[in-house]
Amino acid sequence: MSAQKVVVVGAGASGLSAAWWLARAGVAVTVLDKGIVGWEASGRNGGGCSHYQSPLFKEEQRLWPQMDELLGYPTEFSPERIVMAVTPRQLEQYHYIAEMNNRLGHRVDLLDASQVREAVPLAGDNCLGGIHYRFGGHANPHRTVQAYAWALQDLGGRIVQHSPVTGFQMAGGKVTAVESTSGTYECDAVVIAAGPQTGNLAAQLGIDLPLANARAEMIVTEPAPMMKLGGVDGNGLYGRQTLRGNLAYGGGPHEWVEFGDLGPEVKPSTPLTRNLARRLAELLPGAAHLGVIRSWAGVIEMTPDGRPVIDRRENVTVCTMSGVGFGLSPASGHAISDLVLEGKCSFTDIEKLGLSRFDGIEADWRTSKGWLAL
Amino acid sequence: MSERGHDPHAIDGKFPAPSQHYHTVVIGGGTSGTQAALKAATNGTRVLLVDENPVSGALIGTDVPFFFGGRATTAVQNRERMVETVFMNMPWLEPAFEAGIDVQLATTAWGVYRNGPLVGSLPGQVVGLADADRSWLVGFDKLVIATGARDLPLAFPGWNQPGVMGAKALAMLLERYDAFAGRQIAVVGSHDLGLETALLALSKGLEVLAIFEVRDAVQGNADLAAQVAAAGIPVRCGVTPVEAKGGLDGVEALVLSDGTALDCDSVVMAVGLVPMIELNDAANGPRRFDANRGGWLPETSENIAFAGSCAGLADTGFDHAAYRQDWMDALGGACGGDTIICQCEEMTLADLTGLQPPRYLDRPPALQQRSLKTLLQDGPPNQDQVKRLTRTGMGQCQGRRCRDQVAMILAAEAGKSLAEVPLSTHRAPVRPLSLKVIADWEESDEMRAGWDVWMGIPTQWVPYADIGTPYEEENRRRLGGAMAL
Repeated sequence: MSAQKVVVVGAGASGLSAAWWLARAGVAVTVLDKGIVGWEASGRNGGGCSHYQSPLFKEEQRLWPQMDELLGYPTEFSPERIVMAVTPRQLEQYHYIAEMNNRLGHRVDLLDASQVREAVPLAGDNCLGGIHYRFGGHANPHRTVQAYAWALQDLGGRIVQHSPVTGFQMAGGKVTAVESTSGTYECDAVVIAAGPQTGNLAAQLGIDLPLANARAEMIVTEPAPMMKLGGVDGNGLYGRQTLRGNLAYGGGPHEWVEFGDLGPEVKPSTPLTRNLARRLAELLPGAAHLGVIRSWAGVIEMTPDGRPVIDRRENVTVCTMSGVGFGLSPASGHAISDLVLEGKCSFTDIEKLGLSRFDGIEADWRTSKGWLAL
Repeated sequence: MSERGHDPHAIDGKFPAPSQHYHTVVIGGGTSGTQAALKAATNGTRVLLVDENPVSGALIGTDVPFFFGGRATTAVQNRERMVETVFMNMPWLEPAFEAGIDVQLATTAWGVYRNGPLVGSLPGQVVGLADADRSWLVGFDKLVIATGARDLPLAFPGWNQPGVMGAKALAMLLERYDAFAGRQIAVVGSHDLGLETALLALSKGLEVLAIFEVRDAVQGNADLAAQVAAAGIPVRCGVTPVEAKGGLDGVEALVLSDGTALDCDSVVMAVGLVPMIELNDAANGPRRFDANRGGWLPETSENIAFAGSCAGLADTGFDHAAYRQDWMDALGGACGGDTIICQCEEMTLADLTGLQPPRYLDRPPALQQRSLKTLLQDGPPNQDQVKRLTRTGMGQCQGRRCRDQVAMILAAEAGKSLAEVPLSTHRAPVRPLSLKVIADWEESDEMRAGWDVWMGIPTQWVPYADIGTPYEEENRRRLGGAMAL
């Protein structure tokens, strides 16, 4: 019997998308979150939608141009990207990425410096060239997570915010109800897509999911004149020009961090703001006079190989996107929904995203990698 | 037990120790900050006193840090002259120089950083400073924040044109910058701030046409009220602005709730001041709400203290929050749905209460069914959530012009008190600083070498089809991780 009633733990991009896909399939869905929808990494990222490395890539690319219509709310999705180099080493790397993508059938064009400057008026004389992804793009994380939430509600789904999960009820090896601070929710199946909390929650169900948590930072400037294509990055940065014109960019060293079961209470940024600003001024010299008006940080969970986990044990489907969840969320939600309802992903092979690859991992794997808080 | 490994792309060891260190750094060179600096300097310790004035003409143009309302003269564009003028107008600094305190004017403090929850990578506690050309970090043992209080603007029709400004901005332009462009002013609010503003303006030779008061009696203390009366400045109780009318150069007249109009070139909002807690708040320092002292106040924490009005307005038993609410009810009552609330993002009152996105986005039917009210059915009010969706408070003034009134609107809509609505976050840099100024042009070699676009996990970006093939090894060889540069 297929699940009629599903509880999703975590109202981030992956959990909300999964809930939305399930609701579209006629399932009664309840999403529980410790806080507000999209409040953690899902609402703090660069908004990129160009994950050529993922098995979900094709589905990501198929869905993004349709998301505004499917959800009924704007996501600010804008297609394509340019990655531009300001050092020879970067150009070499970007050319390799172009070559790799073209081999895989994802069209990437090479641009010389004058072509980049034509497409990116804020670029400077230091630009050495770049590559143009004829796929992918970027969207607004804030708007997109709220669009998922509202679209889910429009389909009759329920979102309970400020309701951290406190435990699970089991019978016959299956989860029968999810307990939270707002009450107990019966279910035929459960999805855990709770970001950094996913590991601890899965552990309560005997599922071992090795994760380490890192803090990363971004900055945003006041609006710049609109460029034809907002998805412009490079020079060690990821980011975009928003539809308002602001330049929102991140990158650089991360900090491994520890925090309690309810997640971090604060997400401080650091003087890394200055290093990000330097990189951005180098990337887009025409914007160097623009004011930085905010910086922020977010926390992302990482698996040991940096690749996502989407897998099911009994009636529990577990998902961590390991730091690339936002852009892939239209597709990851579809895959999760398939796993919950059919036991396998209907549109692509995701076997290598399974949990079993970490079987037998050393208990202190984080120590040997140096993935420990300072 | 494994030996601890090294992650070359983690932040560990990439922040150098700041090249300058002071025992005490005081931010804000007003009289309170200067006194704090003098007190700290008594034992011969190294003390730095910074003051951001004069701020650049560009910042003044975007109402940072005060609500200048486009009424500064062009003199503020001449930086060198402004530094001289401001210095001349801060005679209380003289003892600080004599005491050997390092005094730096035109120097902005834009961030305070220390190790704590989620951050262990800093080589000590530092404050980020900047002048017109560059930024730098300074280490400290003790920090005194004496940044004062800023204006509390409230929206009414026509408030988003030159000539509608704040009392603090007026005082700065008159007393420190000698650069106020107006002549005939109307003052909004008759509590101490409004009365003091009127008297100051008069003493500087301006024509003070009237003080408007939403309540039925003068609110300020009797002594100030007597001085205002003696000076012949009319206080019109129960009369409030309903629209500022103007032309190319801004305000020309103020239309009033009694049906009359008053010709003036400047409308000075003197309803209240907000303690400037943003440095402390951006550093996640503790705070509390006190309606009698101006709202959210910073609380002393390890090595960080506060002096002057940034620590809270003087408690005279007056409930500032209630007074502001009365004013917002009156001025808000004059607003139409098309009245701009957020000047930077040009979002209207209807956009805010309708929870609508900016005009460059479509507003499909489902979205038009949503509103602040429906959002509040889903959870308690959160200004940052509203900010993300409507962009009110997200612009280049960093929310100074609208954040306080948006919080009040949100509280009212939710039927809660202001203290119950979480304060919208402040984030460094707490002043807009250009990329080239805030940039670290002397970053460490470790930072340069260890930089990666994202995590630097070699396996993370290998295409799925390539996993376990020779291409995976090639990927690692060519990219050296994800994107090491």
